Amino acid sequence: MLETLQDIGTVVWVDLRFLRRNLTKTMALTLIAPVLYLLAFGYGLGRGTLVEGYSYLDFVIPGIIALTAMTTAFNTSGLKLHVDRLFYKCFDETLMAPVSPFSIIVGKALIGVVRGLMSSAAILAVALAFSPLPTMNLLFPLSLVLTCFAFSFLGVIVALLAKTHQDMTLFMSLVILPMSFLSGTFFSLSQVPDALIAVLYASPLTHACLCLRASALGQPFPWLSLAVLMLFGAAFFGLCFVALKKAIR
Amino acid sequence: MVSKYLHQRGYWAVEKAIEIHNLTKRYKDVCAVENLNLSIENGEIFGFLGPNGAGKTTTIRALTGLAKPTSGSVSVCGFNVASEPEKVKRVIGVVQQHFTFDLDLNLRENMELHARLHHIPKNIRRQRIDELLEFVSLTKQSERLVEDLSGGMKKAAMIARALLHQPKIIFLDEPTVGLDVQIRRRMWDLIRKLSRSGTTIFLTTHYIEEAEALCSRVGIVNQGHLIALGSPSELRGQVGLATVEMLVGGEYTRYEHFVDRQEALAYMQCLPSDVKAVVRDSSLEDVFVKLTGKKVEADGDA
Repeated sequence: MLETLQDIGTVVWVDLRFLRRNLTKTMALTLIAPVLYLLAFGYGLGRGTLVEGYSYLDFVIPGIIALTAMTTAFNTSGLKLHVDRLFYKCFDETLMAPVSPFSIIVGKALIGVVRGLMSSAAILAVALAFSPLPTMNLLFPLSLVLTCFAFSFLGVIVALLAKTHQDMTLFMSLVILPMSFLSGTFFSLSQVPDALIAVLYASPLTHACLCLRASALGQPFPWLSLAVLMLFGAAFFGLCFVALKKAIR
Repeated sequence: MVSKYLHQRGYWAVEKAIEIHNLTKRYKDVCAVENLNLSIENGEIFGFLGPNGAGKTTTIRALTGLAKPTSGSVSVCGFNVASEPEKVKRVIGVVQQHFTFDLDLNLRENMELHARLHHIPKNIRRQRIDELLEFVSLTKQSERLVEDLSGGMKKAAMIARALLHQPKIIFLDEPTVGLDVQIRRRMWDLIRKLSRSGTTIFLTTHYIEEAEALCSRVGIVNQGHLIALGSPSELRGQVGLATVEMLVGGEYTRYEHFVDRQEALAYMQCLPSDVKAVVRDSSLEDVFVKLTGKKVEADGDA
């Protein structure tokens, strides 16, 4: 048990070391897109519009935070592991060390969680300067951490299965990008035709969005969505083990 | 049967350092290793020779758990690689053919990562890293990013890193490829020093003089098959201890092998006068060419 924790610490230690060395660059990089969304959709497009009875800015902030958590967590854990595996080839060293698959997977996913939370916190700070959110309870950070874990694990899966760098970008363009726009991040699900709703509910980000928005705006909390998000997280975690086995060919 | 069982359980007192039983590894339609059987004693410096693509690296990957055998079994220090991977990982050190550093980290951090992954206690970690960097003369470079080191330094650092957890067996995949001659010789001294300290060494190379200079025993692989096994002098004996090297018509070289110098000299007497010829001791290279070159020769004749 203690050794497992230690190993997880070791695996994430490397990535934290790099993060510390490049902190300003990293933060600038992750903040650009969400600040742009915030300005364009929240301030520009949505000015004066009301959605579900809230100003559009209030409505969209939790969505942008969910989006940031997803992309940052996925990109960070995914890209780093991808580079470790296929370019630095140093992932072999981890594979040849007496460290359990559990420790490797959790350790490799943690950097995504750390950075996902950092970026989300930064966005939140920027957003609060634009508009104070009505309420905010403990379910907000809980949902956020869950979101980061789920997409971090997804990043690990894709990085372990990717054979070329194109596989990574392909997945990002085919899955992550559409998901970021089509998960109720920028619009209310009530505006979507019924036929599409089913598709939107199949996206884990939709549930992350619902949880974050409800807890930020003081709406009744969607416990079912939290459960679905957990389920997605657990499924991605499980698939990491399958992917790790496949990486040893 | 019983001994094999005890063996796999690690109860056998004098287990072999490495045992390979009927190892086969296929990648889609390519067969990288076929039905390989090999056992290596503790303390040996074993050389695995073969042309490019012969299956040397694949064998190492199977022995170190980086590749799953299609069939057959491999065990290291009595531990089965498939069923007891973590026990195997504790006793092996691996230096891969390519560099495997995290290039975002400096040399010391890379060493520290390895030490942590192998659970070296904190109080001796730093000291051991310092000792090994000293051992390969890289103390001054320890705070530099690995990317800024020369090829030879990186290779030496790879070896130092692989020794951190004091492995019983060390795998060196082409340890001196692409290195300057001086550095190669220093690397050889390093390998000998390791061997004297009791470490079993499994090295692959396609520099035959390297195997000749270092190894107590060599195995030659070609197209996934083990085609020769023995000490360098035994293998030389198989082709003949003396070789006549001839330049025919000033264009192409031919080699003939003889049991001893006397026979070789007798043969030379009968050569036409326009053939330039010398007699020399057969080398492992002759064995290698003779054994691995068969197919090429046959194709050439056809």
